[in-house]
Amino acid sequence: MLQVSIYRYNPETDSAPYMQEFQVDTQGRDVMVLNVLELIKQQDSSMAYRRSCREGVCGSDGMNINGTNGLACITPLSAVVKNDKLTLRPLPGLPVVRDLVVDMGIFYKQYERIQPYLQNDTTPPAIERLQSPEERDKLDGLYECILCACCSTSCPSFWWNPDKFVGPAGLLQAYRFLADSRDTAARERLAELEDPFSVFRCRGIMNCVAVCPKGLNPTRAIGKIRELLMENAT
Amino acid sequence: MVTNVTNFSRSGLSDWLIQQVSAVILALYTLFMVGYFLLHPELDYIAWHGLFSHTWMRIFSLLAFIALSAHAWVGLWTVITDYIKPTRIRFGAQVVLIVAIFVFLVWAIQILWGA
Ligand code: SF4
Ligand code: SF4
Ligand code: FES
Repeated sequence: MLQVSIYRYNPETDSAPYMQEFQVDTQGRDVMVLNVLELIKQQDSSMAYRRSCREGVCGSDGMNINGTNGLACITPLSAVVKNDKLTLRPLPGLPVVRDLVVDMGIFYKQYERIQPYLQNDTTPPAIERLQSPEERDKLDGLYECILCACCSTSCPSFWWNPDKFVGPAGLLQAYRFLADSRDTAARERLAELEDPFSVFRCRGIMNCVAVCPKGLNPTRAIGKIRELLMENAT
Repeated sequence: MVTNVTNFSRSGLSDWLIQQVSAVILALYTLFMVGYFLLHPELDYIAWHGLFSHTWMRIFSLLAFIALSAHAWVGLWTVITDYIKPTRIRFGAQVVLIVAIFVFLVWAIQILWGA
């Protein structure tokens, strides 16, 4: 029997959050954490969590699993469970809407701030803007982000200043557009980032790298942004 | 762009650069001092005074103190903005920090050139 302890909070009926215990019979199989949540939902249909694709593509079931952020749908019990104990909490640092569902508003706001779209002030060619294979290669390790927020919500700098520090997810995307050969707004983008908070609040703790379920490296992207800022200003 | 007025240089980039450069200067000064103590196990006042009567030593020391001041300003400003949320208390702490750094720096100059 798997002992599951889950963070519960319904602001309409509960005065404070609490942990609820469940017993789940996985029949000895190594299932995903999301499967466990589905079994719990059968026991208690009031349990709230987000999920959609159940294969690590949509980024909606990021949560704190035995102390580490991850996607429930692609995290097998064998990777996280010791002594048959599983503890699930919402992503840290964001307001809880209900149970494991958090309000991602400020996370998206930071994403919006870095203007996550191509900007190009030259005349568009007749068909499309071409990229050489080498130029395209520069986007590998950047474009794959699914905005699950596992990284930003494990970053202490983002916990303390989510309104000012862009956070690893947003900065990875900021670099994705800085590195794109078709984008001509690099100077404006960099000017937006050079204050003491937006980029420089990163302290290189690398929690973001440790948790990214897509194996991406926001810390490296942040280092590249720093290099670009230096190039631009020295 | 997040606006700031109480950080060391108004810019995150130059704050960061100053932090790196001052760290190198402080490391060199520390190495020098440790080396000096190791080479002079029976250090007395005369030798110590002699060391600091050289102009280069005073310049090196002043450089280290300025680096320390900048380093402390950038670093502690960061800590204050992380942990102190109420604006008045935060601003108060920043003023205390900056005034303290100023006082210590002037005091250090006086010691270096006074004796
Ligand atoms: S960088 Fe990784 S952890 Fe962060 S939002 Fe993107 S996919 Fe999720
Ligand atoms: S490396 Fe930077 S962005 Fe990543 S967790 Fe640490 S402080 Fe946050
Ligand atoms: S349900 Fe889509 S990423 Fe987990």
